[in-house]
Amino acid sequence: MITAMSLTSQPDKPISLRAQNVWKSYDDNAVSVLNGVDFQAFTGETVALCGPSGCGKSTLLHLLGGLDEPDHGEICVNGIASRRSGDLLRLLRHEVGFVFQLHNLIPDLTLAENCLIPIVAAGIKRPEAHARLTQLVERTGLTHRVHHRIQKLSGGERQRTALCRALMNRPRILLADEPTGSLDDRTRSQIFELLLELVANEGLTLVMATHDRELAERCDRVVVMKDGKVYEST
Amino acid sequence: MIFFRLILTNLRRHRVRTSIGVAGIAFSVAAMLTVVTILQGAIGMFERILSNDSEIIVFERNVSDLFFSCVPDDAVAQMNQMSMVQHAHPVLFGIVSSADHPIITCFGVIAADARIRNPEWRAGNRDDFGKNIRGVALGERAAEFLKARVGDEVPIGRETFPVIGILKTANGFEDGGVFMPLATAQQFFHKEGVASVATIKLKNKDDKAAFKQAVAEKYPTLIALENADFSRSYSQFKILKATAWAVGCCGLILGGLGVANTMIMSVFTRIREIAILRVNGFSSAQIAGIIFGESALVSVVGAILGLMIGALVIVALKFVPMLHGYVDASLHPMVILAVVGLACVTGIAGALYPAFYAMRIRPVEALRFE
Repeated sequence: MITAMSLTSQPDKPISLRAQNVWKSYDDNAVSVLNGVDFQAFTGETVALCGPSGCGKSTLLHLLGGLDEPDHGEICVNGIASRRSGDLLRLLRHEVGFVFQLHNLIPDLTLAENCLIPIVAAGIKRPEAHARLTQLVERTGLTHRVHHRIQKLSGGERQRTALCRALMNRPRILLADEPTGSLDDRTRSQIFELLLELVANEGLTLVMATHDRELAERCDRVVVMKDGKVYEST
Repeated sequence: MIFFRLILTNLRRHRVRTSIGVAGIAFSVAAMLTVVTILQGAIGMFERILSNDSEIIVFERNVSDLFFSCVPDDAVAQMNQMSMVQHAHPVLFGIVSSADHPIITCFGVIAADARIRNPEWRAGNRDDFGKNIRGVALGERAAEFLKARVGDEVPIGRETFPVIGILKTANGFEDGGVFMPLATAQQFFHKEGVASVATIKLKNKDDKAAFKQAVAEKYPTLIALENADFSRSYSQFKILKATAWAVGCCGLILGGLGVANTMIMSVFTRIREIAILRVNGFSSAQIAGIIFGESALVSVVGAILGLMIGALVIVALKFVPMLHGYVDASLHPMVILAVVGLACVTGIAGALYPAFYAMRIRPVEALRFE
């Protein structure tokens, strides 16, 4: 049974992400997407956001990651309200990593160059960046592809590359918007396994929007969204 | 390095568009360089005419053009008597025409003038200048286009004059000009008793200020200027220089618009890519840096290409017989610096709006509608 979610706390874990009474609409309030959403994710927790298309999953992810601002309400990331632009940059550079359904890589660059984009943005020193890149491509099985252009990679390899890029700056939160949505069943399963493994290894908080109920059930918690509101199923 | 790769990648991705941007800047730079260099050369030649074996030029105060200046002969004679003056030479400028050539510069000079004494005489004898009051000397190029040799009679205006010599000078105006004895020129141009200017050589260069002061006191209608001051203040030079730079700048503005168009298209066609960079932590300044970097690269490559094209055009013009002596092919470092600087400024200015647009791209919208 699905019930409207309340902001409960788990005393042993700090809150990593928190949305409180968040409203969001588009086209001058013509399209209301989020209607007073309350949501929270605890550190190290994996949360699946499920619901029909248009229910506001991606919008909530964008708000949580600082890519957009709510019309009303408050978003806190690791206890800090993410409203000001300076905070948004810090958020995107150090706190949050994004993985999208479409890999969103730059096709003319190599795998390594794509992964180094967040490093350039954050101004991290080169040796440290290359060590991190080596570590991540080893974990994702892309070592042999590191200097290949994105155009030469398969769909699964591209999504693994996107995963590497999202983790380059050691974020504490990973936001994934249907990360396996464009993949075949076998690759989808592999990528999801990898995603969970990396999240566990790095101790990340994962919030993932997905239509796939089977994958969602493997997360710590499934949150169902409907008509711009959040309901918790498990 | 990745930052530079991001700049290069986009330029390489749209090679035709990039080439058009580079070509716009290149041709603008070439046009500006050519126009400015040719006009600077022309002005330089005119300056050298005036400064030939002299330090100071005396002319009528407040005239718009030296052709309208009147310096009385007796004033020149009195200047020659000044103790600080080594010599004061009157020069009368005029424009004459012949059958096929509507404009020939004419110099009315005395035999002692450096324009007669210093050049190499290809034919005739410099000592004969002035002995025959009607005898004229021709610059070598003037002799060519008038098809005249020593002893011939050349038609100038409504009269004909015997040619007593042909001289070779490095100065295009002089080489294409006619040298008349001063008295003959005064009569021909109906300017009896006056010259256009007096060119002054002092015994001691430290007396320049004293000489200028003396002229100001004795001849209120005249003004004495050092050659450098004259070049800076002469309105015709200023107009010419301003025209050259204005024409060049118009060319550069067109080039800048080309760059702006290239950069606008560049931004419009990769809104999603910019959004990806934003999602990965790129600040507005970093995004603008990429756009300005692309624009600067297009401008620098265009400017280098333009310098090469401009230099080639100038060298080619130098070999055109009709322009012989008129084109100074030496490229002044300051002109090159100014042209390249202007090209870069124009290119970067052309990237202002695209950069502003790129900075305002909201990643969430760009990614949502893909």
